[in-house]
This record gives sequence, C-alpha cells and structure tokens, in this order.
Amino acid sequence: MSNVATGVPGQALGAAATSRADAATTTRLRVRREAAPYASPYLAGVGIGVVLLLAFVLMGRGLGASGAFSSVVASAVSTAAPSHAAGNAFYARYLSDGGTSPLRDWLVLEIIGVVIGGLASALLAGRVRWTTERGAAITDRRRLVNAFVGGTAMGIGAKLARGCTSGLGLTGGATLSVGSWLFIIAAFVGAYAAAPLLRRAWR
Amino acid sequence: MMAPFYEFGRLGEGTSLLIAVLLGIAFGWFLEQGGIGNARKLSGQFYFTDLSVLKLMFSAILTAMLGLFWLSWAGLLDLSRVYVPETFIVPQLVGGLVFGVGFATGGLCPGTSCVAAATGRKDGIALIAGMLAGVFVFGEAFPAIGGFADSTARGALTLPQALGLSYGTVVGVVVAVALGAFAGAEWLERRAERPARPMKVVA
Repeated sequence: MSNVATGVPGQALGAAATSRADAATTTRLRVRREAAPYASPYLAGVGIGVVLLLAFVLMGRGLGASGAFSSVVASAVSTAAPSHAAGNAFYARYLSDGGTSPLRDWLVLEIIGVVIGGLASALLAGRVRWTTERGAAITDRRRLVNAFVGGTAMGIGAKLARGCTSGLGLTGGATLSVGSWLFIIAAFVGAYAAAPLLRRAWR
Repeated sequence: MMAPFYEFGRLGEGTSLLIAVLLGIAFGWFLEQGGIGNARKLSGQFYFTDLSVLKLMFSAILTAMLGLFWLSWAGLLDLSRVYVPETFIVPQLVGGLVFGVGFATGGLCPGTSCVAAATGRKDGIALIAGMLAGVFVFGEAFPAIGGFADSTARGALTLPQALGLSYGTVVGVVVAVALGAFAGAEWLERRAERPARPMKVVA
C-alpha cells in the first residue's frame, strides 16, 4: 500500500542520468543540477485559478487542452482528404474559423504556451529528464503502451464529453456548468474503478 | 470598462492569440510547478498516496469561481458573456467514465501530457500520440455515433439554475465541499505515509 512510487522526480530514474540536454543547459542557463522539490499543489492551483480568471476577464472563455488536439487532427485530415473532412460534422466543427491552419486556433496557441511554460519551469528547477516515468515492476515499453492506450481512451472520452480535465474540469468547474461537474464525477469514478487493475504499473 | 474585454470588442484577433500564448505559458508553468506533469506523482491520486491532483484542481476552481463571483457582484464583469461549457448529460457521463479509465491507465491528462512531453518524459509523448489517435477514431466514428454524442442536450445549464438555488449559495456549497476534500486529502496522505501497522502485539 505505502510502497507505491510517488513524488520526487527522477529519484530512481534520473539520478544516474545527467542527460546531455541537462548538461548543456546547466552551463548556459546556470540551471540547478539537482531537481528542486515541487511547489505546494495548493499554491500551484491558486496560480492556475488566477490564470483561468484572467482568461475569463480578458477573453470571456476558459482554458482547455483536448480542443487543441481536435484542431490538429481535423487540420491533418482536411489536408490529407479535404472532401472527407468537409463532409464530417465533427471535423467541420474545428475547421470553420482557422481554415486548415491550426496556428490561428486559440487553444492550439494556448497549448504551445503550455509546452513553453512547462519547459521553462522544469529547466529552472532542474527537472528536465529524458526518461520514462513508470513503476519499478514494469518495463519502459509496457509504460509507453499504457500511456498510448490511456491517451486513446481519453481522446475518445474527451470528444464524447466535449472536453477534458481542463476545458470541462477547470473552466466548467469554475463556471458551475452542470455537465462539467457530471463529467468530473464520472471521470473520477472511472479512474478509481480502473486503478486497482493497474496498481502493478506504478509500484 | 466592463469585462470580458474581448467580448466587448476591446481586444483584436491578433491580441487574443497573443493572450492565448501568454496564458498558456503561465498555465504550463504552474502545472509543472505543482508536479502533475510527472505521471508517477500524478498517479498517486488513484492510490490515495499523493492527492496533488485533487488539491490543485479544487484550488484552481475555487480561485477562479470566487473571482468570477466577486467581479460580477462588483459590477465589473458581465457573467452572461462568460462561456459556460454546454451540458449533454448522458454523453458527458459516458465520456467521463471512458476518460477516467484512460486517465488511470495513462497516468496523465491531456494538458499535463504536454508538460510531461515538454520536460522530456517519453510517456508524455506516447500519451499525446494516443490522444491524437483517439480523437481520430472518434472523428471517423462520428457519422455513426454523432446522434448519441449530441443527445440529452441542456445548453449552458448551470448548477444554480438546475438546483433552483442562488448563485451565492452554490458558490458557498462548492467552497465548503472543497475545504472538506482538502481536509480529507491531508488525512489520506498522512495515513499513506504511516508504516503498515503491526499486528496486535500480545505481551
């Protein structure tokens, strides 16, 4: 029960690996070599809450993530098979304003920002590692398969629900949307139902 | 000047896209700081050993929800111009369950997978690939399942409307529930840290 691996990044995996990227950034940006501990989740949460509130105040909309994936897929399908995409009501939903360029899509740009911000934070804290996060009992390959399969299920679930933990969980949670709160509850029920079967993967 | 500024024509398209990148950077920064770009830390949520996800999510929701509430109460923000995710009762319950199973399997959500990938975690990259595959599967299946995905539509329904309670009452209830959840999370983490209790010692 208590031996499930948690917390400190790269404790087992990253300790040996002062990766090339890490070494390079250490000299140039004077980045910490040892990983700094993570911030309090309450503080990080308040920070995200302020960002979300700013999105409401400035734009009248919230944050999201899965919508960006939809724009990318719709654009790719539209590029490969334009008439096929145009005849599909789902793809058409994500092609109306941005045309075939996902770079004009608000959520795609927001997600590009997430990548930049996440990398910057991890660089300054010495937490960048070229590694696979997994429990000790499974192989890297198994973990990557689990991540891909989990991602596929989340892609389908998020599109059926019209959002994910960002667009429904945070944005809909804060605006008290009924469907969002139903989604949050259902997602945690699904996760806790599946978790016992996956315990070995994190041990 | 009344918020949301974009909704009242105070911000142009170019500015809105710049805001998307800047808010995304801050979002990614805090996600990484909170540690949930790391699947091993995040997955502790599902085994009651590290409840950072719950703490971070509810802190963010509380902050943004109270901010919206006070700004609209002070007459600085027109709440009717803030986007509320639409409700589709059954698709969101089913989508939430599927999403939750994927969440526990993959150990990251769509937003945090971008942070994981940006900080060198290969499982984050695999999860993004899975998300794109899942969205594509959903898109291709849409002609067959679109009717179900669009069923039980309730529009931009909010909890105060659905429950027949005042906005302030629901905000108060959510705050109380979140504070209770924080206390529960702290208790669970303390319990997980304790070494397994020895069998009753008979002297």
